Amino acid sequence: MTITPATGEVVSTARPWPAFAAKGITVSPVDAVMLEARAASFASRSIKNASKVAALELAIRCVDLTTLEGADTPGKVRALSAKAIRPDPLDPTTPSVAAVCVYPLMVPYAAEAVAGTGVKVASVAGAFPSGQSPLELRLREIEWAVAHGADEIDIVLNRGAFLSGNYQECFDDVVASKQACGKAKLKTILETGELGSYDQIRRASVLAMAAGSDTIKTSTGKITPASTLPTALCMAEAIRDFRRDTGVVVGLKVAGGIRTAKEAWQYLVMVLETLGSEWLDPNMFRIGASTLLNDLLLQRAKLRTGRYEKPSRLTLD
Amino acid sequence: MTEIEKRSGFGLEYAAAPESTAIVALADRYGLFIGGEWVEPRSGLYMPSINPATEAVLTEVANGGPGDVDAAVRAAREAWPKWAGLPGKERAKYIYRIARLLLERAREFAVLETLDGGKPIKESRDVDVPLAAAHFFYYAGWADKLAYAVPGAKPVPLGVAGQIIPWNFPLLMAAWKLAPALATGNVCVLKPAETTPLTALLLAEVIDEAGLPPGVVNIVTGGRETGAAVVEHPDIDKIAFTGSTAVGKAIQKAIAGTGKKATLELGGKAANVIFEDAALDQAVEGVVNGIFFNQGHVCCAGSRLLVQEPVFELVMEKLKARLATLRVGDPLDKNTDLGAINSAEQLERITALYEAGVGEGAEPFQPECALPDKGYWFRPTVFTNVSQSHRIAREEIFGPILSVLTFRTPEEAVTKANNTPYGLSAGVWTEKGSKILWMADRLRAGVVWANTFNRFDPTSPFGGFQESGFGREGGLAGLLPYVHLERT
Repeated sequence: MTITPATGEVVSTARPWPAFAAKGITVSPVDAVMLEARAASFASRSIKNASKVAALELAIRCVDLTTLEGADTPGKVRALSAKAIRPDPLDPTTPSVAAVCVYPLMVPYAAEAVAGTGVKVASVAGAFPSGQSPLELRLREIEWAVAHGADEIDIVLNRGAFLSGNYQECFDDVVASKQACGKAKLKTILETGELGSYDQIRRASVLAMAAGSDTIKTSTGKITPASTLPTALCMAEAIRDFRRDTGVVVGLKVAGGIRTAKEAWQYLVMVLETLGSEWLDPNMFRIGASTLLNDLLLQRAKLRTGRYEKPSRLTLD
Repeated sequence: MTEIEKRSGFGLEYAAAPESTAIVALADRYGLFIGGEWVEPRSGLYMPSINPATEAVLTEVANGGPGDVDAAVRAAREAWPKWAGLPGKERAKYIYRIARLLLERAREFAVLETLDGGKPIKESRDVDVPLAAAHFFYYAGWADKLAYAVPGAKPVPLGVAGQIIPWNFPLLMAAWKLAPALATGNVCVLKPAETTPLTALLLAEVIDEAGLPPGVVNIVTGGRETGAAVVEHPDIDKIAFTGSTAVGKAIQKAIAGTGKKATLELGGKAANVIFEDAALDQAVEGVVNGIFFNQGHVCCAGSRLLVQEPVFELVMEKLKARLATLRVGDPLDKNTDLGAINSAEQLERITALYEAGVGEGAEPFQPECALPDKGYWFRPTVFTNVSQSHRIAREEIFGPILSVLTFRTPEEAVTKANNTPYGLSAGVWTEKGSKILWMADRLRAGVVWANTFNRFDPTSPFGGFQESGFGREGGLAGLLPYVHLERT
């Protein structure tokens, strides 16, 4: 870790594992009962009227509009990119989403489609979604995606190594992936649904952050359970403590199964009350989703016009 | 300046979401519920019931005198033989009916509880009312199984129970008192707290609607003298009291030698013990729930926090950050975490103890938060630099004030936790199961929660050690204070 003398800001992300333990970075145990009780309390915060306008707008800006199908084609990705830039063709005041998220082969088409708009291109890479592929190939895939225009790379944690207790290998994989990213931002998917306990989710969060991830992400969306409020809270608490221990600020991405505007703003409430308003920003918080966006747009139109639009008015991409 | 910094501070202000009060229709004035009828008090006296969040008068209720208590006891005595003689399953039907009607009118009860007592609607809605109904359901289930409750013994009802309840959980405490008494075949004279009588009166409507025979439950509202009249009435067989230790002692003196049975559920100064290996984020959550639930107006509140020294600073940092997210204000707003202090008198007492804490050199921390102009309010407060000898570490504050102390070893934690004249509840936070059991063996408290706090269930006995009182409420143990056991 290097610290720039002028600002005291941590600029390097080379943080060794498991030596970080000696630097006072902690992996706190997690208690499921109270974690879930706290998570449930976020749903009781009232988001309506002005706060609903703000929450919907923010949620749209935080969306990683995603298509991760074997059937993806350049045409499909172009259509998705157009939607990412201008989600609601009838309402030009609607903000763009944060990024489009695609498989590596689709990166060139996405990059071309969003060029100059501010919408980022995120690519999954590293043998998504299992990660069960040789490290060189996973790194090569990352490099390929970055070379073809990806601004952000979503890799998967090496769960095989993690669950067999080989934390060092798991850590080293993330460090190498970060290097392979170059200037691109690295999001590390923990695939929390495979980790088995909140304790393990917290441990994986710290490992991924210590190894240099810019953002930690809940799920691939390919298995259930995917993201849940308690899971995301568990990771947010890890992010908060990591910042206290190291000064390093890490983002959070939730993905998988988030389909309604109401669920989206419950996550926003969780982020606000756990990490603070600084994280209510597309640079710090993302929601990986596809169908969610249309519900956000429907709710937004409802607030503006006072009635629900026919879903058919919205584009299906 | 980075892009993040430029855009930071995005405000997501929650929208006010006040629960409508339209569902509650209050009369201008309430009499007493005696012998199945609403009657004017013989005393001729009425007293106002105030909304502590606005200081507005909600309605007037009767201030019953000794003559009224006597009328209630007579009505109860008259109803007793028939009620006690009913088969258990018939009594159960009535009690189940009360439980169902209570749930049918749950929103009305929740809103009224919040209006009258100042507690946040999310608590009255999610805790007080459902738990009250659960107590009726649970004890209704016992009514026809009493013969099997105690092997080799037949439980026989005592007769007339005089039940005096506090202002912190008005409806729930009424349920805790009435449900086991009715199930075991007793009849009741219930005296609600002076500042929070309204949900008990609404419960009287429900009891009426449930068709309970006249006189089985009588409700006499009033102040201290009314309570004293209940305690002193010669034809009462059993006193059940929840409230302050001082009044509990007075009750014991008053009934000494009379043959009246008693259960007293009194004050507390519970210790919440956090070990260094605890899940700290969740422990902090439990500490917040332990002391700020119901504005700290909880006899088993975790008002003393004992933190193992290596994690003291970390816990304080997390606790302060969590306090900053608490929302104090309109109790009817579903966003509200801390509502109003129950009465001007209680606010005065909390303020006096707060000042005593500051005067004795403890350091208070309170989050920034705006308080409404009208009503009785107190910010959530955490005192550090507290010694065992400080008043705020010894006396029950019954308000949103937490005193934090530290310890080094488990032995020291036990010594400090037990160093109190009370003994109602305690909390232990550690990831090590053996340490939980070791602590639970040694903590002198009626309830020891492990990695949680303030969890209640009708099947679980509740009650204290030492000056926290005696007798148990809830569970099988909660039947025993309402019966004699006859050998079979």
